[in-house]
Amino acid sequence: MGERNKEWRIESRLAQIGSVEEPVTGAVNYPIYQATAFRHPRLGQSTGFDYIRTKSPTRKVLEDAAAALESGDAGFACSSGMAALQTVFTLFSQGDHLIVSLDLYGGTYRLLERIMSKFGVTASYVDTNDLDALERVRQENTKAVIIETPTNPLMMITDLEAVSTWARSHGLLTIVDNTLMTPYFQRPIELGADIVVHSATKYLGGHNDVLAGLIITKGEELSQEMAILHNSIGAVLSPSDSYQLMRGMKTLALRMERHESNALAIAKFLQTHPQVAEVFHPGLEDHPGYATQRKQSSGNTGIFSFKVTDARYVEPVLRNLNLIAFAESLGGVESLMTYPAVQTHADIPEEIRNAVGVDDRLLRFSVGIEHVEDLIADLSHALEAARQEVEGGQGV
Amino acid sequence: MSGQEKRDNKFETKLIHFGSEVDEATGASSVPIYQASTFHHHDIFNPPQHDYSRSGNPTRQALEDYIAVLEGGVQGFAFASGMAAISTTLMLLSAGDHLIVTEDVYGGTYRLLSNILTRMNIETTFVDMTQPELVKAALKPNTKAVYMETPSNPTLKITDIAEISTWAREHGLLSIVDNTFMTPYYQRPIELGSDIVLHSATKFLGGHSDVLAGLAVARTEEIARQLKYVQNGLGTVLGAQDSWLLMRGMKTLGARMAHSEVSARKLADWLSRRSDIEAVYYPGLPNHPGREVQEKQSTGYGAVVSFDVGSGERAKKLLNQVKLPLVAVSLGAVESILSYPAMMSHASMPPEVRAERGITDGLLRFSVGLEDIDDLLADLDQALANS
Repeated sequence: MGERNKEWRIESRLAQIGSVEEPVTGAVNYPIYQATAFRHPRLGQSTGFDYIRTKSPTRKVLEDAAAALESGDAGFACSSGMAALQTVFTLFSQGDHLIVSLDLYGGTYRLLERIMSKFGVTASYVDTNDLDALERVRQENTKAVIIETPTNPLMMITDLEAVSTWARSHGLLTIVDNTLMTPYFQRPIELGADIVVHSATKYLGGHNDVLAGLIITKGEELSQEMAILHNSIGAVLSPSDSYQLMRGMKTLALRMERHESNALAIAKFLQTHPQVAEVFHPGLEDHPGYATQRKQSSGNTGIFSFKVTDARYVEPVLRNLNLIAFAESLGGVESLMTYPAVQTHADIPEEIRNAVGVDDRLLRFSVGIEHVEDLIADLSHALEAARQEVEGGQGV
Repeated sequence: MSGQEKRDNKFETKLIHFGSEVDEATGASSVPIYQASTFHHHDIFNPPQHDYSRSGNPTRQALEDYIAVLEGGVQGFAFASGMAAISTTLMLLSAGDHLIVTEDVYGGTYRLLSNILTRMNIETTFVDMTQPELVKAALKPNTKAVYMETPSNPTLKITDIAEISTWAREHGLLSIVDNTFMTPYYQRPIELGSDIVLHSATKFLGGHSDVLAGLAVARTEEIARQLKYVQNGLGTVLGAQDSWLLMRGMKTLGARMAHSEVSARKLADWLSRRSDIEAVYYPGLPNHPGREVQEKQSTGYGAVVSFDVGSGERAKKLLNQVKLPLVAVSLGAVESILSYPAMMSHASMPPEVRAERGITDGLLRFSVGLEDIDDLLADLDQALANS
């Protein structure tokens, strides 16, 4: 995004991503440059673009927009959220140690434990909101703290300002996965983080139709190093997917508002439901992270999780949902229900899962932008059908 | 047609009838672009074949099956770029491992090995692979893989794939071949005993300078399982639209390669008869030291010709005089592309290393496209005369 957008509010900047940036034809949307190579006007001269992996015009519009939205200095678009994380992790060397959110996305856990560990990069998993715990696991060779807030799926909140201040005082990088909040609600770099990563497949894309990741860095040196890694690893986002992602981001503000209000209404409905034992949503006043969340974010995301009172309800609930799809992923316009223990978190050993509370009664709900009453009716119906099956099965 | 019948077809037929060329559901003559990131589970106990696009996508799957058929491997993998294919494959290694690599390997691979994998304590020995004894001499107790690029880039040196792969297997090493320059149309390393074939599919496979992509093919189920794990774990995958675009390009691979090669042979002949050219590198020339090995392991010589115009000054002048070829990085397209390795593809290699590997300041790399060869020669003739 150019200078003209600096003063605008985030809604205006989102709607205008790539708009009126194309200087030749004036096309309102930025074109998809499907070219891999760029002609050099003369030897030693470059248009600024040489080879698509290093820099591509359509991807650059997206990357600049992402950097501006997250208040960073540079943006990097990757072929998936995991590719973004892997590219960030190549900052580290053999013998380095990382401190990571205890309740984190299963794919990140697998990347650290099964792949980074082969290269001698180790990780400790703690509640990143507990400064004493952070201090306890910090080692001489610790290089970074990696935070998800809210965590997925238990929605634990970390105080980003407190942890990044602590990290900086020990010379550690603060890396925040901001997938669930998006810069519309939360901007970790403004709170002291050095790097923000996104699975842009989720809310930023928002339509369950594009796989993408983003990295945003703060500081010139870190941005330059990330540019080298992004180009060298080569897990970059294609021009057509870059366009698709920008197209989704234009409606981010509208979608997040609706995701938030739907999710909160459904969370309140479930809180009073007799077959629901617990609801994890940081917008509920009895949630332990409620105050921190209000301080550092301007809203709440569209996912939350809940535990049914009996694990036997899970299968019939999922089978009896009509409107809500049973699928992995989150953050799309459609509502999706996920069973973390067997889907997203299957790679995390059972004892760790149970310790943090990702057990066989937990369901994660990514609330879409359908009408909230239809969603509540679908859930009510599925819970009631499950109750009848379970009680019927017991011969009552 | 059964899978086995398809596998028995000749290569040009496989390019058109590879197994997923018709959409099962609708009969459409081209596989649809599944722009879905996730897939509905109709039944919690019977998950769908694809559950998340990073782990598997039907359009990408069609492409992955396609390249596996062409290369004669068990499974294919599609990546966001050639470098993503290479960097992900090298993640099969672990800290403390050693690998042996072609000395004039692509500059991007050199940078990955020398500047990034070194942090993870992966050590590389670069050797002149035209001498198999040098490869064998580089073996260490912690050597895990041999990485070949043949013909090499940009000096088109030839490595004997069968000899090195056989030796690698005897020593329990993984043999990896970057087959970008030849494509399976001319050379199929798995049939020669290699374990993994890699491609920058941005080049000849895509062929239109309009899609960035990488591919890998595994020889065995076990290697395929390991590659699948790192591909999904790292998420360096190719998008659905680009997967489709790449398949569209691959259908004309045979026709494009055959045409470009005829032109490349004429260009190499023409250049080698000129007195103002210092050296011409093309494995189809009678005096090329690797010609015999090339003819044993490949059915052609490819469409890339490198030549030395004598000095950096003359090379730079020539690049500003040519009118027809694109002056750009990359290669393997319908358009001819003229590159200057010292300042482009191999700029990330230190000058002293470049010099050692014959990448002189006067060296140019010509990727021959589909233009009429007489037009290309006339253009090069005037550019040489004026520089």
